[in-house]
This record gives sequence, structure tokens and C-alpha cells, in this order.
Amino acid sequence: MRQVRIHGRGGQGVVTAAEMLARAGFLAGHEAQAIPSFGSERTGAPVVAYCRFADAPLRTREPVLHPDVVLVQDPTLLGPAQPFSGLATHGLVIVNTNADAPTVRAEAGVDDANATVITIPAMSITMTHLGKPKPAAAMLAAYAAATDDITLDAVKQVFRDRFPGRVGEANALAADEAFAYVRAELAGSGGGGGLAAAATRGD
Amino acid sequence: MREVLEGSQAVARTVARCRPGVVCAYPISPQTHIVEALSVMARTGELADCEYVNVESEFSAMSVSIGSSAAGSRTYTATASQGLLYMTEAVFNAAGMGLPIVMTVANRAIGAPINIWNDQSDALALRDSGWLQLYAADNQEAADLHVIAFAVAEELGMPAMVCMDGFVLTHASDVVELAEADEIDAFLPPYRPQQVLDVEHPTTIGTMAGPESFTETKYLQHLRFLDATEVIERWSLKFREAFGREAGCLVSRYDPDTLERDHAAPPAAAEDIAVIGMGSVIGTLQAALAPMQAEGDHVRLIGIQSFRPFPEKALREALGDCRDVLVIDRALELGAGGVLTGNVGRALAGTRSRIHSVIAGLGGRPILEASLRDVIRRTRAGDVGRLEFLDLKEGGVPVPPVGATEVAR
Repeated sequence: MRQVRIHGRGGQGVVTAAEMLARAGFLAGHEAQAIPSFGSERTGAPVVAYCRFADAPLRTREPVLHPDVVLVQDPTLLGPAQPFSGLATHGLVIVNTNADAPTVRAEAGVDDANATVITIPAMSITMTHLGKPKPAAAMLAAYAAATDDITLDAVKQVFRDRFPGRVGEANALAADEAFAYVRAELAGSGGGGGLAAAATRGD
Repeated sequence: MREVLEGSQAVARTVARCRPGVVCAYPISPQTHIVEALSVMARTGELADCEYVNVESEFSAMSVSIGSSAAGSRTYTATASQGLLYMTEAVFNAAGMGLPIVMTVANRAIGAPINIWNDQSDALALRDSGWLQLYAADNQEAADLHVIAFAVAEELGMPAMVCMDGFVLTHASDVVELAEADEIDAFLPPYRPQQVLDVEHPTTIGTMAGPESFTETKYLQHLRFLDATEVIERWSLKFREAFGREAGCLVSRYDPDTLERDHAAPPAAAEDIAVIGMGSVIGTLQAALAPMQAEGDHVRLIGIQSFRPFPEKALREALGDCRDVLVIDRALELGAGGVLTGNVGRALAGTRSRIHSVIAGLGGRPILEASLRDVIRRTRAGDVGRLEFLDLKEGGVPVPPVGATEVAR
């Protein structure tokens, strides 16, 4: 079983991200489940959503307590939301930020965490293609680039299915760029470089 | 077709395929996604030959539902929590008039304090309203139960609530396989109302009954509920034969080894502890009990699928010789104990059962597998009394950390 936790803020499409991730996982042949954690639904409030994949039917309704993968859609949550809490050993944390992995670790207060940290300027990529601060497609594409859990094609397909037309295409373009970015980072520095590429984006 | 769908979408699409003639509802969390989806389908024509009525309150939603059902239309509505309480007077009237309205209750806590999250206090507060109450263990069953509910309600001339845990099911996305429209057309008979208001032949329903006849009216209503146990079982069996999966029934049994639902599972045995749940906690129990099974612990799972009528006979049969019963209760009768536990206790009167009650998941507190295993092990060890609160924090009411309430939950 693979367990994923997504952190973000109200309005950033966190719940949609979890649902799209479940759909992408289903396309990959897994049983899948997405569980949002709802609050008073204020724009900007911290929001968490969960996703599980497995090869057997998923019965539990428990929130994900020990994620294998954590996606952080908003870097200002690194301190207050404690996104590394409960992370499985050798877990993967993907953060939307223009900063690099050591900076992320420092801001989260987990310099010595036994985890892989990947950074991706998902928000600026998304603003370029979509023009709205909803970086879910870019984040899921970064996840696809870093693991074999889901594929880039599945990520693009679920966004095109859910948002037919321009919005779906814009999300697919953001996914393409985010995937290429992470693959280049992993091929180069071993992941999490972030800064240089972000600087070239002019933001 | 297997697909990933949000629970609310799964329910809305299934309800639409049951071809209601009138949908009238007022939005309230966590039911909103269901009625929003139905309103979109009414506008696009996917929900054809259906009047979607907008009203200003839940009281009006149930009142319109009473009118449309009395006029001979298959009628659907949905609500939750304070909305259910607000329509309460009309809810009782719909039952007394024998109108087979189907209503989804997206179970949510009741204030004060205000709380939008899940427990089962709302529907269980209306347990005496004269409605059938069917509870879904997961989103597949939540969708399927609506097909069964229309069939059962219309045969009996009684309204039915389909209860599904708010957020935990309504807002979760799961792999489901929805009954197709043509399959439902073949399964669900067309609505033939037992009573129809007709201007050419004026009659009155819901009229006054004085002391000379009120007792008999209620007695007959009660007998109708007793008839309902057979009708629910029969339609659930038909559903299983038609669709190849289990939904509904009075109680659900689970295979002692795989913990998957199996109507043919043997009853529990004297050495077992039986854990009784209702709603989505059953899924968490399935996962929580698996490692205990693997260690050779004798623990059996039983689900209550029909709370009204309460399946006393079916529950006793599922329990077999087992006398150690742990009830996971999602609603609290203040000053008394768990609501489900009280009904289990009445069903097991005279059986010398040792019934332990655990109040769990009030107001959206997550029910954790580890906590469930702990309380079951302590029950086995004799350390759990008649009533306990799962994961109760000692020392007063905790204050959530500022800005981190979403995660702290």
C-alpha cells in the first residue's frame, strides 16, 4: 500500500489534487481512495487531503498517519503544518517552492530527516500555463517524475477528463513542464536543486 | 464500469437513474455536493422528466416532498444535521401519511457547539420518526442502497432514510461500480402510489385521529415496521442476485478470515468477541481486525445495516453463541449511553450478554485502527466497562493550535 498526504491552503485545489491522484493511481491499475480533511472551507486556511493506493480493496477510513509520500503545495506551511510528521522512513517529500532542498529542510526544522526532498517551482509553472494558483497538476507530475507510482500520461488524462477544454490542456502543459523539470533535476544534481531553474523563470 | 468517484457523485448519479419525478432539497454541508450534482443533471437533461424544486429551507423541502409524493411522484430529498432537525415536524408527518419519500442523510454532528463534521447524532435523533433507516458502510453501498430504498419504501408505503457518514463517505473518492440506468429500470418497478391526491376524487391524508383511534394508528404503523424486515431482506437479496454484490440487508456478516462481507459467514462463537458497528466505521474495523485475525485473536465483525426497523432476530442469529459484545457507537444519548448500544441491549435482553459500549468519532474525531485494536484487546482482558469514550483526552476541553486546526484534527 502507498499512502500520500497533501498539504496546501484553501483555494489551491488540495482536495482536487487528492482526487486526481486517486484517479491517476486507478489508471495505473491500483485500487485507490482519496480522503479530504474538511474544515470551514476558508480561502487560505491550511488544508490536508489523503490518498491511498493498494492492490487489494481499500476498506479503512482512517486518515493517513504515516505517509510514504508528502506533497506540500504551499511552502509557507513547512513550519506550521509539520508536513514531515509521521513520514515513513525513506519517505518522499515534494515541495512547491523556488528554494532548494536544504532550505526546505531548514524551514521545516528537519535537517536530519531520513527522507528524500524534491523541490519544484510548481506555482510559477502553473501561473505560466493556467494563470491560476492551483498547482495540483504540476505537483502530481513531479510525483510521477520521481516514482513509478503514477505516470505523466495518467496525470494529464485525469485533468483533461475532469476539466475538458482549455483548463485541462493548460494543466497538461503545466504537468509536462513540471515532469521535465524534476527529471532534469534528478538526472543532474540528484534532486532538489531548484534555485537555478527557478531563477530562469524570471519570478 | 469501475471508476473513481466522489461518494456524493456516486449517490447523485444513482438517484438520477432511479428516475425521481421531483427532487426538492436545501443545501447543507456535508450533503451539498449531492443536491448540487442533481440540480446540474436536472438542468442538462441527464435527469429527465424531473422537477427540481428550489426552496428556502429544509422545512419547505420536506413539505414539498410530502406534497409531491402525495400527488403520486417518486420523490427524493437530502439533508444533514441542523437541516434534518429543522424539517423534523414534516419528517414525522411524511411517515405518518405513509409517503415513500427517499432521503439521503449525510450524517453530521448537531450543535451546540457548532460542528460540521461526521457522527450519527442527526439521523439517530430522528430514530422514532417512522422512517426506515438504512446505513451505508462504504460509498459503493451508499449508492446501491438508494436503489433498494426506493423499492422497499414504495412497496411498504413508508419513507426511507439512506444514511451515509458525512465527509468520511460523501467527500471521499473511491473505486465504485454504479448500477446502470437500464439495470435499474429492470430492477426497480415503476412507482405505483398506494394513495394519490386527485382533484376529481378529493380525499384527505394526514387527518386528525382522536384518542379513539390514535393508538391503533401507531400500532399498525409499528406492525408495518415489523413487515419491513422481510421486505428489506427480500429486496437486498434480489439486488445481490441482479448486481452480484451485497448491499442493504438487516445486518452484514463478515468472513472470519478475510473480513470481507459475506452473507453466508457462520455466526460468531462462544470464544469470540463480536464487534458491532454501523456506517463507515465498519471499513476501518475491517482493516483494524485483520492483524488481530492473523495473530489468532477470536474477533468477529457484525454490521448493522438497518437501524429502523432494528434487526433483533438477525442480530441474535449473527451473534450465535457469542456473549461478549463490543458496540462502536457514533452517537451519544446524553445521560444514558450509546444510541446503537441501547438498541443492541434491547435485542439481546435475556441472553446474558456482556455488552460494552465505546463512543467513537463524535464531531469528526478520526477513528483510528490502533485505538480500535486497543479497546478490543482491553475488552478481552476485562478492562473495559459498560461505557467508554475512544481516545478521550483527559483534563478538560483541548484548545486547537492557532492556524493548524486542519492538521490537528
